Amino acid sequence: MNSIFFLQHYWWFLVSLLGALLVFLLFVQGGQSLLFTIGKTEGQRKMLLASTGRKWEFTFTTLVTFGGAFFASFPLFYSTSFGGAYWVWILILLCFVLQAVSYEYEAKKGNLLGTKTYRVFLLLNGILGPVLIGAAVGTFFNGAEFFVRKNQLTDTMMPVISSWATPWHGLEAVLVIWNVFLGLAIFFLARILGLLYFVNNIYDDEIQKRSRKRLIPETICFLVFFLTFLVHWLIQDGFAVDPTTKIVSLEAYKYFNNLIEMPALLIVLLIGVVGVLYGILKTILVSDWKKGIWFSGTGAVLTVLVVLLCAGWNNTAYYPSVADLQSSLTIENSSSSLYTLRAMAYVSFLIPFVLAYIYYAWRALDLHKIKTDVEY
Amino acid sequence: MIDNISSSLIDWSRAQFALTAIYHWLFVPLTLGLGFIQAIMESIYVKTGNEFWKKTAQFWMKLFGINFAIGIATGLILEFEFGTNWSNYSWFVGDIFGAPLAIEGILAFFMEATFIAIMFFGWQKVSKGFHLTATWLTIAGATISAFWILVANAWMQYPAGMHFNPDTVRNEMESFWAVALSPVALNKFFHAVFSGWIIGGMFVVGVASWFLLKKRETKFALESIKIASIFGLIACGLSVWTGDGSAYQVAQKQPMKLAAMEGLYEGGKGVGLVGVGLLNPNKEKYNDGQDPFLFKIELPKMLSFLAERDLDGYVPGITNLIEGGYQTRDGGVALSATEKIARGHAAVQALTNYREALKAKSDAVIAKDNAIKAADDEALQQANDAFQQANDTLQQAQTALDKDFQYFGYGYLKDPSDLIPPVGLTFYAFRIMIILGGFLLALFAVTTFFSFKNKFENKAWLQWICLISIFLSVIAGQTGWIVAEVGRQPWAIQDILPASAAISNLSASSVQLTFFIFLVLFTILLIAELKIMCNAIKKGPQIVEQ
Repeated sequence: MNSIFFLQHYWWFLVSLLGALLVFLLFVQGGQSLLFTIGKTEGQRKMLLASTGRKWEFTFTTLVTFGGAFFASFPLFYSTSFGGAYWVWILILLCFVLQAVSYEYEAKKGNLLGTKTYRVFLLLNGILGPVLIGAAVGTFFNGAEFFVRKNQLTDTMMPVISSWATPWHGLEAVLVIWNVFLGLAIFFLARILGLLYFVNNIYDDEIQKRSRKRLIPETICFLVFFLTFLVHWLIQDGFAVDPTTKIVSLEAYKYFNNLIEMPALLIVLLIGVVGVLYGILKTILVSDWKKGIWFSGTGAVLTVLVVLLCAGWNNTAYYPSVADLQSSLTIENSSSSLYTLRAMAYVSFLIPFVLAYIYYAWRALDLHKIKTDVEY
Repeated sequence: MIDNISSSLIDWSRAQFALTAIYHWLFVPLTLGLGFIQAIMESIYVKTGNEFWKKTAQFWMKLFGINFAIGIATGLILEFEFGTNWSNYSWFVGDIFGAPLAIEGILAFFMEATFIAIMFFGWQKVSKGFHLTATWLTIAGATISAFWILVANAWMQYPAGMHFNPDTVRNEMESFWAVALSPVALNKFFHAVFSGWIIGGMFVVGVASWFLLKKRETKFALESIKIASIFGLIACGLSVWTGDGSAYQVAQKQPMKLAAMEGLYEGGKGVGLVGVGLLNPNKEKYNDGQDPFLFKIELPKMLSFLAERDLDGYVPGITNLIEGGYQTRDGGVALSATEKIARGHAAVQALTNYREALKAKSDAVIAKDNAIKAADDEALQQANDAFQQANDTLQQAQTALDKDFQYFGYGYLKDPSDLIPPVGLTFYAFRIMIILGGFLLALFAVTTFFSFKNKFENKAWLQWICLISIFLSVIAGQTGWIVAEVGRQPWAIQDILPASAAISNLSASSVQLTFFIFLVLFTILLIAELKIMCNAIKKGPQIVEQ
């Protein structure tokens, strides 16, 4: 606990874990995006909303905690990316604001905008949330357009340390096809997880049947985008940091090399991918099997965890700047101080306790599955 | 990229943060206060087994849920705005400020998110005891959340437990406990939470009064009023106590804010507290010779007593703070604003020198390596000299920085008058908060008396006052925050970083656009919330009374 090297890696692990859990919990968004596809009648839509409506706060809270943990452990990322890629983050925030009120308001009398509007809000959040988050994470591998100049603080006329190099403030990320591919891969993964969650959580024959059937086209789309992204990720040049000089440079096959040099991560990645596919395929093939969400969900967490760890560990710049390579952020140059990382590490020991009560509360609610006579 | 930070960007960034904070604080206090009250009601249900209390608690929980959702929505924006709109701030103090936000997420938000689901959807699914625990844990989560965000806010008003590291160009935490348990943080937490309890109490008394005016749900209304009145009365008492503590802390740590709160330009010993007063709109500068007041009624010597715990204590006014020269508490002589600005410039210059020396030192190390490789003795000697010179400069710069860092933020200011916050807004907001706070204390005393004497039901005039007072309690809370936040301008972090240097490098038009997006969105959602809440209230708890 006294080594900043260890703590920087530990905190990158925690931030990656939170990011991975967030992707799993995007099953709520995936479910929302399927509201009008799976729910053909009002009764069915109510069941779908009741199902994800009891879990949306976990996703939301994980997003907020992900932001808070990133701020505490790697504040230079918080200041550079949020203040620079302004429009991407504002769009993400806006679509989550819409979600926060929609579950509570959509069915309430006097809700001003009408039930349908709030459901469209949920649909928008369901589509834009995963796509934008995925595209933003894509910049971890494909770079973003920023400068970091710490000496700028001494210029009293313009003391801002981090600046964005384009007037688009983050929107230019969608012009990079690989960011879009990751965004769409996350989107279809969220939809798959949403379907698997419906299968697990809603005891209604029609929804069960429709969800299982819908898994096939969603899985095909997911595999197209995910595998293309994955193959490109393995063969692309990555952003390496020289551990002695701290100079950032492009390295061929960097992320592939990271997996080879950290074989445990390679094994976890393979387990994760197999878990995702096993959960999907068995749900499609075995008509009364409902546990797909747990296999695919765990698989998704493991896969995303490894991908994010490869972004920051093993002398890699996790937030590379394509405008100025030496402005790139690494877990070393962007982290909090030893004191703060250590103090926060003590706080992080409470996380297992938090996970335990979430599990307990989740089980207590999910012992009663959503049925036709749902109260919502 | 922008070469200069425009005042327009600073103003719109301030406006956007103020907008989000004001909207957020419309909903949070109700969560804190109503949550506590409904938990008390559910506790009575679990203890007595009386279904009446279950229905009563469920009704208030329904309103709690409607309010809670929009509080979360605005809170999300608030947290991320530190990054999106105050990016320099986020780096400069992220090492300290990020920690409370992360702890808030880990400890508080998950507690709220987990147990609120049980609270709303678990009535038929978990045992009575588990449900009650979930209700209490939900409000505990909300309160813990308030604690950590107020720790963060208090640290901005009174930065403690950190040092500046010129190598990383930021402040770094030295003592977690100095940050978390600073007297400003503790006072701020309790004062803000108790003000939330007052609003929650007033909301319950006001809504219940509406039922009495409509001659509906009488037993439900009267019992709710009893609990909320006692709760509100206690909260008011505690709020007076912590408010006094807050004012004392302001006097010690932020004397300019106190001077603005009082419209006090010329301080002195035995200064009176302005009870009511009308500021002179013609006063434009602190030294223009205009009387700051058209009229005022003072409580003699009270400001000195509140600020210094001494009827004859010295309280500096705005002019004194700008011109300096008065004797400080520790026996020294106060610096003038001009001197502070000069020392701020010296601190910024020392940082510049430090950074240049750091670069020179690093270059010298490379030159040394090259000279050794080339076996060039002359070059090696030159490199050694350069290294030594850079090292000396580094140490001198460090010493200069240590000496003047406490005035670092002043280095970004141009004119002493930049140090004066908007006096009118701070002064009137403070008066409104105090007057409404006093009124609410009296009102809760009256409602407690009449409700426990069983004489509330037929007092329509009192019921109307209670109904209207819901809005007054909200205004009291809002004006309190205006005093706290407007009164500390121009500082993002007191003395260390002004808002103008804390900003993100964006175009003013971008922030202007997001300001209006948020304004429209929050306003629509607020109207929707109020309509839904009014409908839910009209529907009532639907308790069949025996």
